[in-house]
Amino acid sequence: MTTAAVDLTRLKTPFYPRLEALDRLHTWHSWKGYRSADAFTNGEIEYFAIRNSAAVFDLSPMTKYRITGNDARIYVDRLVTRDMLNKVGAGRVAYAVWCDDQGQVIDDGTIFHLRDDEYRLCSQEFHLPWLRAAAIGMNVDIREETADYAALALQGPNSYSILKNLGLSGIENLKLFGLRHFDFAGTELMVSRTGFTGDLGYELWIDADKALPLWDALFEAGKLHGIRAIGTHALEQSRIEAGYLAAYVEFLPANETVRTGRTRSPFELGLDWLVDFKKPNFNGRRALAAEKREGSTWRFVKLDIEGNKTASSAYIYADKRAKKNIGFVTSATWSPVCKKNIALGTVRMPHGKVGETVYVEVYYQREMHWSRMMAKAEVVSKPFWDPPRRRATPPGLF
Amino acid sequence: MKTYDVIVVGAGHNGLTNAAFLAKAGLNVLCVEKNDYIGGAAVSRNLYKDWVYSNCSYVCSLLRPEIFRSLELHRHGLQVTPYAGGATFLQNGDYYASYDDHDLQHREMARFSKHDADAYDRYGADVMRQCRFIRDTLLRTPPDPTSFKLRDLKELLYLGGRFAELGEDRMYETIRFWTMSVAEYLDEYFETDIIKTSLSGSGIIGTALGIHSPGTAYVLLHHYMGDVDGNIGSWGYARGGMGAVSNAIAGAFQAYGGELRTDAGVEQILVKNGQVTGVALTNGDEIKAKQVVSSMDVKRTFLKCMDKSDLEPDFYNRVKNFKIRGSSGKLNIALDGLPTFSALPKDSPLMDGDMHFIDSMERMERAYDDWKEGTWSKDPYIDMVIPTVTDPTMAPPGKHFMSCFIQYCPPQINGREWTDEERDQFGQTCIDQIANYSPDFKDLILHVEVRTPKEIENEAGLTEGNIFHGELTMDQLLFNRPIPGYADYRGPVSGLYMCGSSTHPGGGVMAAPGANAAREILHDLKRRNTVPENFGDD
Amino acid sequence: MSDRYDAIIVGAGHNGMICGALLAKAGKQVLILEAAMQVGGAAVTREFAAGYSVSACAHLLYQLQPQVLKDLNLNLDYAADDIAAIALSTTGDHLRIRGNHTEGLSEDDAVELRSFHARMTRYANLLNKYLNKAPPRLGVRNRRDLTTLAQLGFDVRKLGRKDMREFLRLIGMNIFDELEERFDNPLLKGALAVDAVMGTHLGPRSPTTILTYLYRLAGNQGRVAQMAGGMSTLSESLAKVARDNGATIRTNMAVKRVVVENGRATGVETEKGEVFSSRVVVSNADPKSTIMDLVNPRHVETGFTRRVHNIRMRGNAAKLHLALDGLPTIKGLDKKSFADRMIIAPDINYVERAFNPAKYGATSPHPVMEVTFPSLRDATLAPTGKHVLSAIVQYAPYNLKEGWDDAARDAFKQTAIDTITTYAPDLPERINDSELLTPADIESEFRITGGHWHHGELTLDQFMFVRPVAGAAQYEMPLEGLFLCGAGSHPGGGLNGAAGRNAAIAILRREKAA
Repeated sequence: MTTAAVDLTRLKTPFYPRLEALDRLHTWHSWKGYRSADAFTNGEIEYFAIRNSAAVFDLSPMTKYRITGNDARIYVDRLVTRDMLNKVGAGRVAYAVWCDDQGQVIDDGTIFHLRDDEYRLCSQEFHLPWLRAAAIGMNVDIREETADYAALALQGPNSYSILKNLGLSGIENLKLFGLRHFDFAGTELMVSRTGFTGDLGYELWIDADKALPLWDALFEAGKLHGIRAIGTHALEQSRIEAGYLAAYVEFLPANETVRTGRTRSPFELGLDWLVDFKKPNFNGRRALAAEKREGSTWRFVKLDIEGNKTASSAYIYADKRAKKNIGFVTSATWSPVCKKNIALGTVRMPHGKVGETVYVEVYYQREMHWSRMMAKAEVVSKPFWDPPRRRATPPGLF
Repeated sequence: MKTYDVIVVGAGHNGLTNAAFLAKAGLNVLCVEKNDYIGGAAVSRNLYKDWVYSNCSYVCSLLRPEIFRSLELHRHGLQVTPYAGGATFLQNGDYYASYDDHDLQHREMARFSKHDADAYDRYGADVMRQCRFIRDTLLRTPPDPTSFKLRDLKELLYLGGRFAELGEDRMYETIRFWTMSVAEYLDEYFETDIIKTSLSGSGIIGTALGIHSPGTAYVLLHHYMGDVDGNIGSWGYARGGMGAVSNAIAGAFQAYGGELRTDAGVEQILVKNGQVTGVALTNGDEIKAKQVVSSMDVKRTFLKCMDKSDLEPDFYNRVKNFKIRGSSGKLNIALDGLPTFSALPKDSPLMDGDMHFIDSMERMERAYDDWKEGTWSKDPYIDMVIPTVTDPTMAPPGKHFMSCFIQYCPPQINGREWTDEERDQFGQTCIDQIANYSPDFKDLILHVEVRTPKEIENEAGLTEGNIFHGELTMDQLLFNRPIPGYADYRGPVSGLYMCGSSTHPGGGVMAAPGANAAREILHDLKRRNTVPENFGDD
Repeated sequence: MSDRYDAIIVGAGHNGMICGALLAKAGKQVLILEAAMQVGGAAVTREFAAGYSVSACAHLLYQLQPQVLKDLNLNLDYAADDIAAIALSTTGDHLRIRGNHTEGLSEDDAVELRSFHARMTRYANLLNKYLNKAPPRLGVRNRRDLTTLAQLGFDVRKLGRKDMREFLRLIGMNIFDELEERFDNPLLKGALAVDAVMGTHLGPRSPTTILTYLYRLAGNQGRVAQMAGGMSTLSESLAKVARDNGATIRTNMAVKRVVVENGRATGVETEKGEVFSSRVVVSNADPKSTIMDLVNPRHVETGFTRRVHNIRMRGNAAKLHLALDGLPTIKGLDKKSFADRMIIAPDINYVERAFNPAKYGATSPHPVMEVTFPSLRDATLAPTGKHVLSAIVQYAPYNLKEGWDDAARDAFKQTAIDTITTYAPDLPERINDSELLTPADIESEFRITGGHWHHGELTLDQFMFVRPVAGAAQYEMPLEGLFLCGAGSHPGGGLNGAAGRNAAIAILRREKAA
C-alpha cells in the first residue's frame, strides 16, 4: 500500500488559470514556492502598460500576516521603526521596515491598518517566528494568511478609470496610502492605493475563491483602457525607477544573513525618514540611536549614469582611475520612461552624498566581445520617476 | 635493510592521505596495513555475491575538496554524487520529508507548523555561521594556548581574530552554540517535535551523548560542515562505495611513488633513545624509518603498539583516559528489490536519501538511556540509506544494498563481551523497527551483516568501534584533541606523529587530520609543503 | 507619591538586600520592597508544623562570598561552619567526607581525593575571582572590558602549563568521566556527583557538570555551614545591615509593575497601587518574571525578549520537611553524625538514573537526596527532644507531564520518605508531620519562575558572558534605569551574594559615568 502521489511542482496562485491562458513565453520563476511569470508576451511592452495604460500583476504570493487584538496598535508600533501609533490610523497603509535588536533591517513591507485593532502585514520574506516573538507578553494574535487572500496590483495612469468602471464608488477619494473596503460579488474587496511601480496605482485584495471573478470583472472594465497582465520583468524595471528597495538585492534580511557586516540599517538604506526616535521604544532603537551618534558604515545611493550601458553588478569608485573602490551597484536598468541609465547602489560613508560624482565600472558585451568603461555617475536624491498623477486625488480620468 | 623516510601505520583514508602528501613532497614513504585490503573504515567489501557493501562509513560529505583537488582523486577513480531527499516516518502513518528544494522544504515543514517552516531560514543561517567558523580551522593545526612559540601565538591570534570578526552579539551566540545540547538549541527555533527530531539526529550520530547532553549542538555541526560541490551540508555517495575514497587516495599515493603493504599489522612502534626507529610487524619483520606516523586512534597507538616505558606516565594516563566510546552499530543488508514504505507515495524521490524511524525527541533520548545502561537501544535511532538507488555499481540491476547506521550500540553488554545471540537480537531490533514501516522489507532481505562496536573494532581497528576515533566533546576538540599539548600531530617521542581521526579536526571521512599531520611533518623535515590551504569564504 | 529614591530594589532576597545595603552604604537613598511578610525571599526559616522550623529552600550555606561579608562588616552566627558529608550506605559502611579528609576510603582513593580536591580548589579559586566581577563584554573596545579579559587570560596562564591544560580540558567536561577516571569507591563517586548536580537539570554524565561542581566549591572553598536559627537569621542580619546603612525595607509590599516612562524605568507600582519613583529600579526577581511580568516586553526589544523567553529555568529540586518525635536510627551511624549532611546516592549511575525520568517530565523513582537534621545543631528549630529533617530531593521536574497536583506531590513525598527509610527503617514511626515543596510550590511561594534555585539553569550556555542572556550580562538591562541583581544574573544562584554585590558596583559605576 502506498499513499497518493504528492504534487511537488510549484504552487499555483488563485489567478493561475487566467495567467496560464495569457502566457506565450513559458518563463516562470518561483516566488516563495508559487509560480510567477517573468513575462507573458514581451517584457518591454508590458513595462509600458505600467507607464502608459494599466498593468495587472499577480501579487498573491506576497507573504501576508493578520495581526489582531487589543495590543495590536502598540505591537505594530514597537515592531517597526516608524510611528504607527499616531500617524497611521485605520484605513491607512504604511510602508515600514523592521529591525532586529542590532538595528539591522529584517525586512521591509507594507502594513495595512484594516480596522481598529486589526492590521495586515505584507512582506517579501517569511517572518512568523519573529512576529510571534514580538508578541510575547502582548495581547495579539498573529496569523499567516498568504493563501487565504488573492491580490492584484493594478498600476498605471488608467488604473483609476478602470476601478471607476468597475463601479467602486468613492474610489476617487482614496488617497495615496489609503485603503477602503468595497462589496464585490458578495464578499469584501479591499483596495489600497499602493504599489511597487512609483506610478498611479492600486492593489486589490480579496478572498482566494473570488479571485477569478475579480480578474474577469477587472479585465472587462479595463478592456477599453489598455489593461494588460505583466510579469516580474516589467515590474522590476519600474521599481528601480521608483527607487524602491528589494530584499536580497538592496539588503539582506538580518536574521538570515551569515556574514558579519553584510546587513544594513534603515539609515544605510536611505530610510532615515522611517526612523522615529520620538517613540520611546521600538525594535532596534538602542542600536540605531548609537548609529545615529557614531555614524553609519554604508549609504544607499541612486545613480544617474552617463551613456546607455547598464551597470549591473558594477563596482563603484570615487575616481575615474578606479583607485578607490567605494561600493557596488545592487540594481541597474535602462529607464525607458526617463531614457536614462539608472542604478541603485551601496557605498561606504562618507561617499555618496547627493550631487557627488562617482564612477561605475561597466562591462558590456557586443557580439561576444566584452568591453569595459568607467562611466561617470551622479548621486541623485529624488526617485527617477515620480509623476504628479501618483498622488493626485482624485486622479485624472483617461 | 632499507630505511624509509616515513612509515605510515594504517591504510585508512587518513593514513593514505598523509602518506600521499608526504610522497608528493618526494619522501620515501611506506604505508602498512594490518588487513589484506586497504581503507580502514572507508571500504567497499564484497561480502555477499555481487553486492558491494560500504560496510563502515557509508556516505560522503566531509572529505575536504581541497584534498580531493590537490591529490587529483578524480584521476584515481573517485566520483562523489550528491543525493537529496530523505524521510522520517511517524508512528501515525505519516512521514516528514526532506527535500533538496528550499520552497518544497518550506511547504513540507509548514504541513506540520508554519512557524517552524519560517524559522528554518534563520536556523540555517545561524548554523551556517558556526560552520564557516569551524570550516576555516579544518586544514589548520590548532595552537597550544599554553605556548609562547610564535607559531602558536600567531595561530591563537588567527582564531581570536576569526572569533572577534563575528561581532559582539554573534560571539555570544557562538559561545552558546558550542556549549548547548542539540535539543535545547533546536528548542530555541522550533516548536514541532517531528521537525526537531529529524534535525537532532546529526547531533548524536557517532557519539556517546544524548540529544539533551550539552555539547551536542557542536556534533550537529560536525555533520553539517562538509559539502558536495560547495553545497555546504550536502551529502553524497562515493560511486562504488566508500572504498572508492580510500582506493583513490591510495592510487594517488602510489602514483607519487609511495609503497603500500597490506597484511602487515604493526606489533610495535620501535623507539630507541627517545627517537623512533621504525616498526615491528606482527609477523616478526622489522622495518626501519626515520619517522613513523600512526593513523590509528591514540589508544591503539600508544596503549597497544608502544612500549609503556617509552612514554611519560602523565601522557600514558591521559591516553588511557581519552574518551573513545563505542556507541554505534551497523547493519549492511543485501536486498532482492527495493522495499516499499507504506507512508510514501509510489516512486517517491525521498527514497534517494536518509530514512529515519524515530519520530519524537523523547524516543531519541530514551535510545541513549539504554546505552548508558550497557545495552543496545531497544528503539534505536537508525540512519538508513539505499545507495544503490543512485549508484548502479553496488548491486545487480534491480537489487539493492541498504546501509543502516544505528545509534546506540555499546561496545560491551553490561561490561562483558557480546554473545552471538545478543548480536543477532540487536540486528533483529533494527530490522523490526524498519519493518514496522515497510511491509515487504523482511521478505526482500537476502543477507545481513550485523556489526556491533566489537566487530568494527576487530576489523577496522577503531577502539570500541568509535567512528570518530574519540568523542567530539569540548574536552577533546581543537587544542584539546587528542590530548592537551599534543594537538600539533607530534607524538611524545621524537619522530613519531599522529594523523588519525583522534587528532584535530576529528572523525568522519574528512582526510583533514592526515593532511594536517603531513604539513607538520614536512615543516619539521624542512620540505616543500604539499598540503593545500582551505578555499576560504564559503 | 513618595519622594524619589536613588534606587528601588524589588525583592528582599539575600542578593537584593546585599545590593541595597551596598548602595545605601555608598550614600544612596534605597528602598527595598518585599512581597512577603518577612525578608529573605527563599532564604527564610519556615515553621512548617507547630513548633518545627526549617530553612525553607536552601538549608546549608556553601558559597556565601567572603567579599560580601567583608564589604558589609558582617559576622554571621553559624550553628556549624564546616559540616561533613556522609555518603550513606545500606550496609552501614558509610563514607565521611569533609573537604579532602575522608573516613572509610581505600588508601588509593584517599590519596587521589586529596589531589583531586586540591586541583579542584585551585580552579574554584580562579573561578571565584571572576564570580565576583561583572563579566566583561566581548568584542568591544572598552578599556575595562579588555583589561578584565586580559586579566582572565593571564590568570588562566598563571595556573602553569599543566594546570592550565587540565583546566581548559575540564571546564566543559562531565563529572562522571572525571570521577570514573580517578576513583573506585562508588559511594564517593555518588556523593561527589550529587554536589555537581544539585539544583540543576543535569545528570553526572551531562557535560559541564565539572563547572557546576567548581561553582559549588567556589566562594567558601567547599566548606558547608549551617545558620543558627535557620536561614532567616542570615536574612535578618542582611536586613539589619541594609537598614543600618540607611536603606528602607518594606515587607508585604508586592510590586505589581515597574513604571516605565518615556523609555526608562522610573519607579514601581505595588499591588496595592502605591507608586514609588526612583532613578534606578533594581530587580532581585528572576530575569523572566522581571521582564515578562514586572516590566512587560513592550518596553524592551524583541530579540532581548526572545532571549529572556528562552532562558531555561525549570527547577528539579524538591524540599522535604519532616517533624520528628526523635531521631531515627541508621545502621552504623552514631547520633553525632546526624549533625552532618547525609547524601543518598549509593553510586554514580544511581544519580544518572535518578536524572533520566526528569528529561521526560517524570519524577525519580529512586531520588538523590541531601538529608540534614538541623535541629541537632540548633535546638531552636524543634521542641525539646524533638527533631526536624530537612532534605533536598531530586529529581522532581517543574514541568511534570501530568502537572503538579496534591496527588503528585504526595506520591513524591512518599517516594522521598521511602528512600530515607531504606537507610533509617524506623523513620516512619517518628514522623509527626511532613511537607514537600515541589518546584511548582517554590515558584508560587517564593516567586521564582520554574522554582529554579539558580534563577536559571547553570550551564555554560547560560554562564558568565551569556548570563542571564547574551548582551545583558553586566546587570544593566536594555531598558534605561533597570538593573538585575538576582541569581539569574552572573554568577548565579545559591546563597552566594556575588550577584547582589556585583550589581551594586555596576550601578554605582553607571551613576558615576552618567
